[in-house]
Amino acid sequence: MLTYFANLSPQHRRSWGLVVAYVALLLAVSYVDFGYNTAGQTAFRGILLGMLVFMVASGLSLIFGLLDVLNFAQGAFLLIGAYVGYDVYTSLDAGTTVRFLAAIVSGVVFVGVLGAIMETGLIRPLYDRPVFQIVLTFGLAAVLLDLVERYYGPDPKQPLDPPGFLDNNFTLFDQSLSYYRLFIIFLGLTMMVGVFLLLNRTRIGIIIRAGVQDSEMVQALGINVRLIFTLVFVLGAALAALGGIALVPYQGATLEMGNQFLILAIVVIVIGGMGSYEGTAIASIVVGLTRAVAEQLSLEHFDAPVLAETSILLLMIVVLLVQPSGLFGREE
Amino acid sequence: MTDYILEVQNIHTFIGEFHILEGVTVQVPPGSITVLLGRNGAGKTTTLRSIIGLTPPRSGQIIFKGEVIQGRRAYHIARMGIGYVPENRIIFRDLTVAQNLQIAERQKGDLDRKADFIFTLFPDLKRLYTLPGGNLSGGQQQMLAVARALVPDNDLLLIDEPSEGLAPVIIEQMMEAIRQLSSHTTVLLVEQNFQVASRLAERYVIIEEGLSVHAGLIADLVQDRDLIKTYLGVA
Repeated sequence: MLTYFANLSPQHRRSWGLVVAYVALLLAVSYVDFGYNTAGQTAFRGILLGMLVFMVASGLSLIFGLLDVLNFAQGAFLLIGAYVGYDVYTSLDAGTTVRFLAAIVSGVVFVGVLGAIMETGLIRPLYDRPVFQIVLTFGLAAVLLDLVERYYGPDPKQPLDPPGFLDNNFTLFDQSLSYYRLFIIFLGLTMMVGVFLLLNRTRIGIIIRAGVQDSEMVQALGINVRLIFTLVFVLGAALAALGGIALVPYQGATLEMGNQFLILAIVVIVIGGMGSYEGTAIASIVVGLTRAVAEQLSLEHFDAPVLAETSILLLMIVVLLVQPSGLFGREE
Repeated sequence: MTDYILEVQNIHTFIGEFHILEGVTVQVPPGSITVLLGRNGAGKTTTLRSIIGLTPPRSGQIIFKGEVIQGRRAYHIARMGIGYVPENRIIFRDLTVAQNLQIAERQKGDLDRKADFIFTLFPDLKRLYTLPGGNLSGGQQQMLAVARALVPDNDLLLIDEPSEGLAPVIIEQMMEAIRQLSSHTTVLLVEQNFQVASRLAERYVIIEEGLSVHAGLIADLVQDRDLIKTYLGVA
């Protein structure tokens, strides 16, 4: 950790400073405006949202960094994960914990296989034509959304019971909350650390990071980069699916959820710096907190959550004006 | 069987619609240093990239260790025993020096076996081992790029412009290192600096506008001032 900070570029050190100052400002404003308990609840909601966004954004960022593909189907992966998970959860006859685990495994595997087919069959032939890839993933997102609607119907699915061992409440900031919310944060943190360790401590991870900079050079060293591309695409798809399934007991499943999280995730990777993993992780929390505080602010003052969506886009614009390559991106 | 470890026979390579190589033939005997000479944009770098498979030729033949390799994927060609040190070095900035070397391993333990040899050639790298590649100076990055190609057992090294943008003292170090490693492996070099090229290499091939126009022993070329002037523009 110490060597991490010692080796930071001046630009990234400044970004850390800006992030810490900005989060402190958000918390201070919340405290002054909402009072201790509401501020705490808002911050908790923000962190929770940040973790969910991270699950979509980390895949988007990894795929963009290595493959140079802005994968608009990433939201559809979350959507399909959620619906397949919902399907498995509701059709099995077993305890909630078993059903929940089965939902996770089946949703993640289903979307992972779908990702593998998409990458090898459709995206791979277009690596020399990036614009076509964008159009392709955009089109696929639309097709997948329609297929989900066709198969599962247009009506939103109600939130499901969390698995038994999480189906209890605890009190935080004078509010009674389900342990399931803590579980989502735990899941997000586990993924953050897990992918971090993968990228920094394993050979595959080192190859991925090298490939983000120059995949041609990695190939010239004797490494089958295409295989790594597929692996990363599948990993990204699976992470999004996991995020989708995690959402089901919390918010249920709706056809809109994919695009909602896709937009948040795009904002996150732009703010964090395209292709930077640490940037994605930090920006996810920042975006989650910003949205939660803005939502609360507008509820308190305008009786409607009008600022929620605009706040993160404003944040993105400000970041791009201050640092065009994003907080932890690389200036080219 | 041929007498050459690498034979490039009349290759034609396109980048997009541009016909870059219009018939390049290069023969590299084992254990030698061969240099590709020619003006900027003549096609020297593209020749190296064609050999390693990054810009595969559309026609012609490339034979390495008796096997036809053109058309194979780059990673496959590299694994047959070719190390590539590209123009502008391209070391991985976010990875440490150690990781830059580890990534080049083709078998577990490659780096352990080669570490002593690498540190003898480039003692600086030992001191810089835990630093990110991006923090290294140009000369240090060049050393790392060459060292990276030495990690696996390669029979042929393709080295593109090792002296480019380096201070004279560093160029001397780099030349000494290449001379030493050439006793272990064959080298095909691209070098703009004729002084460097003529002191290092035994054989040369001149490439002019995508065509190989002359080949032979450097010792003969050095005597032939007219030829040097015609193709290389240096007296």
